[in-house]
Amino acid sequence: MSRPGFVLEVDERTPPVLIHRGEGFGVERFPLGTHVVYPPDSLPAVRDIDAAIALALQHPHGTDPLRELLTPSTRLTVVIDDICTPAPSMRAPDIRQRVVEAVLEIAAEQQVDDVELVAANGLQRRMTAAELRHLVGERVYGSFTPDRLHNHDAEDRANLVGIGATDAGHDVEINRRVAESDLVVHVSVVTSAIAGNCRSLAARIASYATVRDENAYATAHPGSDDAPAADRLGVVLERQVPIFVVEATLDHGDSARQLAFLGKREWEWSLRDQAAYVGVKRLNDLGPGRVRHRIWQHAQASYGVTAVCAGRPAEVRARTLETLHRQQLTEVDGQSDVVVFGLPSASASSVNSIMNPILAMSLGLGVYFNSFRGRPLLRPGGALILYHPMQQQFHPVHHPSYIDFFEEVLAETTDPATIASKYQDQFAGDEWYRHLYRNSYAFHGAHPFLMWYLGARALAHAGDIICVGADRPTASRLGFRTASTLADALEMASGKVGRSPSIAYLHGAPNTIADVR
Amino acid sequence: MITAVEYHRSPLRFASARAASGRISARLGATFSSAVTGSLAPLRLVTLPEPRRPGPDWARVRPRLSGICGKDLALLAARSSPYLSPLVSMPFVPGHEVVGELLDDVDGLAAGTRVVIDPVLCCVARDVEMCAHCAAGHESRCDHVTAGTVSAGLQTGFCGDTGGGWSGMLVAHRRQIHAVPETLPDRRAVLVEPMACAVHTVRRAEIADGASVVIVGAGTVGLLVLLALREFAAPGQVYVVAKHAHQADRARTLGATDVVEPRRAARVLRRATGGSLQTPEHGSDFLLGGVDVAIECTGGSGLDSALRLVRAGGRVVLAGMPSSRVDLTPLWYRELTLVGAYASDSGGADRHADFVDAISLADAAALDGYVDAVYALGQWREAIGHAQEAGRLGSVKVAFDPTRD
Ligand SMILES: [Zn+2]
Ligand SMILES: [Zn+2]
Repeated sequence: MSRPGFVLEVDERTPPVLIHRGEGFGVERFPLGTHVVYPPDSLPAVRDIDAAIALALQHPHGTDPLRELLTPSTRLTVVIDDICTPAPSMRAPDIRQRVVEAVLEIAAEQQVDDVELVAANGLQRRMTAAELRHLVGERVYGSFTPDRLHNHDAEDRANLVGIGATDAGHDVEINRRVAESDLVVHVSVVTSAIAGNCRSLAARIASYATVRDENAYATAHPGSDDAPAADRLGVVLERQVPIFVVEATLDHGDSARQLAFLGKREWEWSLRDQAAYVGVKRLNDLGPGRVRHRIWQHAQASYGVTAVCAGRPAEVRARTLETLHRQQLTEVDGQSDVVVFGLPSASASSVNSIMNPILAMSLGLGVYFNSFRGRPLLRPGGALILYHPMQQQFHPVHHPSYIDFFEEVLAETTDPATIASKYQDQFAGDEWYRHLYRNSYAFHGAHPFLMWYLGARALAHAGDIICVGADRPTASRLGFRTASTLADALEMASGKVGRSPSIAYLHGAPNTIADVR
Repeated sequence: MITAVEYHRSPLRFASARAASGRISARLGATFSSAVTGSLAPLRLVTLPEPRRPGPDWARVRPRLSGICGKDLALLAARSSPYLSPLVSMPFVPGHEVVGELLDDVDGLAAGTRVVIDPVLCCVARDVEMCAHCAAGHESRCDHVTAGTVSAGLQTGFCGDTGGGWSGMLVAHRRQIHAVPETLPDRRAVLVEPMACAVHTVRRAEIADGASVVIVGAGTVGLLVLLALREFAAPGQVYVVAKHAHQADRARTLGATDVVEPRRAARVLRRATGGSLQTPEHGSDFLLGGVDVAIECTGGSGLDSALRLVRAGGRVVLAGMPSSRVDLTPLWYRELTLVGAYASDSGGADRHADFVDAISLADAAALDGYVDAVYALGQWREAIGHAQEAGRLGSVKVAFDPTRD
C-alpha cells in the first residue's frame, strides 16, 4: 500500500522545499504556516508489463476480448497517442510500442489483412520519423512506413469525413481511415487525471473545424455539470465505429535517474539524493543555456506502468481515473489566499522542443490551476504565484504561430474572448501556418489560442498573478507582474490578500491534484 | 566676409575617414562620431569672402536655418560612393536644406522675402543649352551639372561657387528660389526641401490605388515620405519599419497602418500580406509574398530589408542615398523593379513642381517639433554628432542657425 498524499504545514524545522523554475530548480523557504501539498506515493509499477497487456486484451471491460473482435476481413486501425504524453518522453521501450506489438500480434493470428496505424497528434505537430520510431518501436515502424503509418492531419480535406453532428449541432469531421474502419484500437497513455488537451481521442483525430466548433481542447472544469467536449465528440465517434481502447497509466516517473530526488519529499532525501541535488543544481546554475536546455527538454524519463486497462472507452476511463486519483489526489482543507506553482521545463506541447512563454502560461494557468477536485485550491480573487523564468524563446520550426501570437495578439490584448473573436480564425486560415503544420513540423496555427484559453478560468478567478524570477517584459506581455523573490511577490500581493495570507504550494504538480474540501 | 562650415576633403583625409568609419560595425557609434567630428573630419569653420553672383538671375540669400541631411552625413563619414566625386567642386560649403532671407531683388521677388531653395543646379541655373531631361521637366536628372556658369555640383551645398546653407550667405538662381508663405515658420520651412524629395519619391513609386507599401526607415525621409504618400497616392496598407519609439509614435500620427521594429518586419508583413517566411542559411529572413511597394528611406541597410519584404514583381524605391553593399539576389529572383528617386523636379506641364507641392504640404502638415535641435555654426561638432545619433536621441531633424553666434 503506497502512502497517501498529505499537507505539510511549514514550521521552524521544515527544510527548504524544492521548487521548479523552468529549466532549473531551487529550494524555497516558505513562510511559517504555508501548506505544502504533496501527492501520494506512486502506485507500484507492474512487474510483467507484457503479461498485463495480454490480460487486458483478453479481459476487456464492456466488450469481447480483442481476439474475438477481429476476423480476416476486419478493417483495423490502431490509433496511437502522440508524444505529448508523457512529458518528458518515456525511455524506450515506450509502453505504446509494447501495446501496439501485442495488438498486431493478435491481428496477425486472426489473419487480419487491412491494418493501418494513425498517430493521433490532433493540432499538435507531426512527429518526426525518429519520434514515431520511438513510439511504436523499430519493428512496427519498419513494416508500416511509409504507407500504413501516418500522422493525423486536421487540415487534409481529402482525408477527413463527416460522421454526424454533436448534441450542440456541430458537424463532426474525423480522419477518414478511422471513420471507415470496422474497429479502432486506441493505444493511450495517461499520466494525469487533469490531462487537459491530450485526453480525448476524438479531438486528436478530428478536423480543425470540429476542434474549433466544439472547443474540444478545453479542460473539462472539475465540478461542472456540462458534458465536456471530449464526451460529446466521443458519443458521435462511437456511433460511427467501435472503439477498443487500451490505456496505460504511468507512475510519477523520474526525470532521468540523476533527477530522482525531484519526486521525493525533502526530509527523506538520502545522502545520494542530496549529492545529486548539489551536483545537478551546480551544473544547472553554471551551464550555459544550451546545455541546460539539453538536460531538461530532451531528458527522457523512466516511468513505471501502474496499470493497463482495455475495453469500451467510458468504462476504461472510469478505471483509469480511479487509478490516477490514487496516486494524485491529496485532500486539502479549504482554499488559500495565495497559491504557489513551480513550473518545470516540460509540458505536453514542448516535448523535444522549447517551452515558450505561452506554453508556460498554459501549463501554470491551464494545467496546474485546474489540478483540483471540488473547487480550486486558490480562493476567488486570490494571488497566484508562478515560478518560471519566462524567457522569450520560441522554437521557430515547432511554434511559428506562437511567435506571432506573442508579438501581435498579446501585444494588443490578453483577454481570451477578444482574442478568440478577433484573431483565431485569422490565424487558423493562415496558409503559411497551414502549410507548416501539414508539411513541416509546426503546431497548427490556432494551437496557441487553444493553449491560451486553457488558462481562461484561472485568469478570471485569480485577483493577481505574479511570476517569480521571470523576464519582466515577457511576463508583462502575458499580463503578469514580476517579482524577484517570494517575499517581494507576497509584498506585491498584499494589496489583494493582506499581510498574513494563507499560502499553499502545490508540490509535484501536475501529478498532484488538490481535493479541496 | 562670412562665416561658414567648409568641406575640404583631400584624398588622404578621404581615405582615413573611410577607414575610421569602417570600424562602426565592430565598435561603438562613438568611433563613428569621432571620425566625422574629430580631428580627421573633413570640415572646418572658416571665414570666407561673400559668394559672387554668377549672373543677373542670381540673388544672395542669408540662411536662417539649414538642415543636416543623411547625404551630408554619409559624405562626411566617407560612406558615400566615390561615384559622386566628379559632380562636386572643392572646397564647398554644405547645406542644401535652406530657409533664408533674400538679400537682392530678383525677378518679382523683393529683397527681404523669406525663401526656400530648390538646390538642384540644372541647365537653366547654369545658363547652358537645355539638356533633354531639363526640357522634359526632369531637372533632377540634368546631364549638365558640371557645366555652365558655376562650378561642378549636383546641388547647392555641393558646389564650390554657390556657397551652401551652413554659412552666412549663399547665392541662388531665381529658378531655385521659392517664397515662403507667412503661415509657414522657419522650423517647418527648412523641411520643404526634404519634403520635396519625399513628394518626388512618391511620384517615382507610381503606387497603384490600394497597393500595400512598406516604408523602411522612419527618420526625416521616411516620415516625410509617409506624409507625402498619404497626400499624393492612395495606397492601401502602409507599414513603417522604425527603430526608435519616438519615430514609431510619429509614424502612427502620420497615418501608418502599423509600425514595426526592424527585427519583426518580416513576420508582421507576412501576417499582413500572406505568403510565407523563409530563413536563409545566412542573412535576414525574406518573404514569398510581401508588399507591393517598398520604399527604402534609411540610406543604408534598409535596402536589404526592402528587397526581402516586397512581393515578386513588386517595386523597390530608393529614397535615401545608398551607402551600403547589398545582396541583389531577390531583385533578380523575384523580378523586382528597382527605382531611384533623387531630389525633385518640376514635372513638366502636367502637374505642379514637387517643390510647390512640398511648400503647401509643409504649410498644412503637423510637423511641429520635427526640428528640435538647432546649433550655431561654431558648434558644428556637436551638431553633426547630434545628427548622427538623431534617432537614438529622439530627434528628427538637426539644423544650423547661421545667424546665431
Ligand atoms: Zn537633404
Ligand atoms: Zn539639364
